[in-house]
Amino acid sequence: MASEGRAETLALREQFDTEEQQKDASTLGMWIFLITEIMFFGGLFLVYIVYRSANAGVFAVASSSLKVYVGAANTVVLLCSSLTMVLAVRGAQLGERKTIVLFLILTLILGGVFLGVKAYEWNEKFQEHHVPGAAFHFEGLPPELQGRAQLFFSLYFAMTGLHAMHMVIGVGILSVLIWQARKGTYSAAYMTPVDVSGLYWHFVDIIWIFLFPLLYLIDRHLGK
Amino acid sequence: MTEHIDRVRTYVLVFAVLIALTVLTTAVAFVDLGPFSVVVALAIAVCKMLLVALFFMHMRHSTRLTRLVVLGGLLWLIILILLSLTDFATRTWVGVPGR
Repeated sequence: MASEGRAETLALREQFDTEEQQKDASTLGMWIFLITEIMFFGGLFLVYIVYRSANAGVFAVASSSLKVYVGAANTVVLLCSSLTMVLAVRGAQLGERKTIVLFLILTLILGGVFLGVKAYEWNEKFQEHHVPGAAFHFEGLPPELQGRAQLFFSLYFAMTGLHAMHMVIGVGILSVLIWQARKGTYSAAYMTPVDVSGLYWHFVDIIWIFLFPLLYLIDRHLGK
Repeated sequence: MTEHIDRVRTYVLVFAVLIALTVLTTAVAFVDLGPFSVVVALAIAVCKMLLVALFFMHMRHSTRLTRLVVLGGLLWLIILILLSLTDFATRTWVGVPGR
């Protein structure tokens, strides 16, 4: 129990009774934030479902122009980064500084690879004139259906763009964590920032787990 | 502290299953299952989500309160999508104006 003369530590702030209580409060707070994020992305998923069902044919053709192997490879990269992230958290639970730093750096690199592949994909869309705007043109579709194809690519860029923005923020968080872990801020008694950042990173992974089939896969058998 | 430290082997095993499911969902996408392609793709995605949430996000060790909050969040997502679809999916049935 808290006493008046208790020294405040990172692992046990004044307002908490026990370290466990503080840890649970942080975890719960992070999950509440992630739920607001679920609703944030949920709106986009809803828009995608509604427009896809209204323009099924054009969306199938447009979706099949995405490169499925690039998307699948990026999924694998992101899953690898989730594994390295969870191993970093495990290292933190054990209080092994070198393990935390090593796996956080690996996670950072894999996150960078994902963003690099994404940049390559987007660049390709610019070259193919698949970016919504005045120069948009989708080969093989009559002029009256161009707008619907444009709608698909608007959603593609909005959804992958918002996801990539979360990845960029995640890379920023990882950089801070690596810096602090190197300084020796984290120990087995106090590793909450590593833990909740891990939750964020896995959440971003889960969003991609749904974006990949919805954008790249579900109409693959139709669009040839 | 009731800290649960999972074994590395557990994580690697979960990771291997996740990779296998990714390969499976990609391969199955090229098979013509008609309307079931969406169902299969989303079912696999939900399995992957559960694996990530339960093992990587430590949901299987988390407190009841946290679990309740997460389930509540998912419930709201379902309300968001299903309640909106009751509108969009049924507009053609009754021929309302503005369609």
